Amino acid sequence: MINITNLQKRFNDLEVLKGIDLSIQKGKTAVIIGPSGSGKTTLLRCLNLLEIPDQGSLKIGEHTIQFDETKKMKSSEIERVRKQTGMVFQSYNLFPHLTALQNIMEGPSVVLKLPKEIVRKKALSLLEKVGLLDRADMYPHQLSGGQQQRIGIARAMAMEPAVLLFDEPTSALDPELVGEVLKVMKDLSEEGMTMVVVTHEMQFARDVADQVIFMDKGVIAEQGTPEEVFGNTKNARTLQFLNKIASR
Amino acid sequence: MMTDDRTHRIIGILSDSFFPILKAGLYYTIPLTLITFVLGILLAFFTAIARLSGFRPLVALAKFYVWIFRGTPLLVQIFILFYGFPSIGITLDPFPAAVIAFTLNTGAYSYEIIRAAILSIPKGQWEAAASISMTKAQAMRRIILPQAIRVSIPPLGNSFISLVKDTSLAATITVTELFQKGQEIASVTYEPLWLYIEVAFIYLLFSTVLSFLQSRLERRYDRSVAK
Repeated sequence: MINITNLQKRFNDLEVLKGIDLSIQKGKTAVIIGPSGSGKTTLLRCLNLLEIPDQGSLKIGEHTIQFDETKKMKSSEIERVRKQTGMVFQSYNLFPHLTALQNIMEGPSVVLKLPKEIVRKKALSLLEKVGLLDRADMYPHQLSGGQQQRIGIARAMAMEPAVLLFDEPTSALDPELVGEVLKVMKDLSEEGMTMVVVTHEMQFARDVADQVIFMDKGVIAEQGTPEEVFGNTKNARTLQFLNKIASR
Repeated sequence: MMTDDRTHRIIGILSDSFFPILKAGLYYTIPLTLITFVLGILLAFFTAIARLSGFRPLVALAKFYVWIFRGTPLLVQIFILFYGFPSIGITLDPFPAAVIAFTLNTGAYSYEIIRAAILSIPKGQWEAAASISMTKAQAMRRIILPQAIRVSIPPLGNSFISLVKDTSLAATITVTELFQKGQEIASVTYEPLWLYIEVAFIYLLFSTVLSFLQSRLERRYDRSVAK
């Protein structure tokens, strides 16, 4: 489903991604962990081209892109990649002037130009799926963080992406609200949605991930199944990171 | 102290002149304000889009326009248009001349407000729009502008109220708006103090009503903007 080779990204003098090779299978959930500044969010943002990589190639679905920092990417090409991906943001980024239902309908009706009735029906079923059918007509500011984030997930799902990307989806939430968001994510994962999740929720990674990717200083330091990474890693950097997290 | 006769005379003049002056306000000041404000906002809006487009000729044009109209006095702009242009064969009636001058001026000032409002919308909103595959234009139209408009209501409300008062400058090119009417009556009754106080009072009446409408609008839209 996703194939990345030698992906590189620099912000001025700072090398954030130093040649990433990674593949993620269809229907699997990949969880990216690692210390802050390790490049995990940048990697995720490269997958839907919110950041344009400098070099390397990215294959999502049928579509392959070769990056070349000397050339400007065509916006039509960027949009083609984005149609394959949905994104859930750390700070939700819901559209505050639209209701929960309208937030979900916006993409399918404005971008895909599907008929209103179909879009509405679909949006309502997504609201039901994230357990917020009774909040359809509320505005984001009337919802809790956990509810907003579940709307964020529904909004991303509405475009029927091939891959769903999560950028620290629970980091901005009060502790008691984390569970409801993780539960929706777990359900999606079990339904066979392809997901890439950047998170600090180690328990979630252990329980839900098919593939755990540990990033450190712009490279993938280790990857494997949760058992391999959490159970008996031999990698010194991974161990150090996991110990630090455990001792919090 | 004023004699009773004098007091009676002034009260008579004020009550006789109140409705003619108010009428001049309703017939000229208010329409002039509304028309130029709407046109000015549209102009400001397109100027802001041009400025943010990144397309160099448009950026330069936007900057040039704002530079000229913010950097010169409104009164001078009105005079050039009304008294100056006839010498190059462009003769305008007073009212349209006033509309054009006020529109260009309002556009230049409101432009900064609208531009700042657009820039104040957090980057996350652009990214969220991009993440559901919106083009830049779609994101601008559907996500950014509706929020930017809400942000710009308070400062635009201020410009609007300034504009109501600035339209008194149209008196200098013989538009019989509120101030001009007051002036006419003052010059035949020889009671400038009371007449101009009356004129001031009617302006105050207009701007009070408008401030009230503005604050209602603000309260209504206050919360639906990303912070």
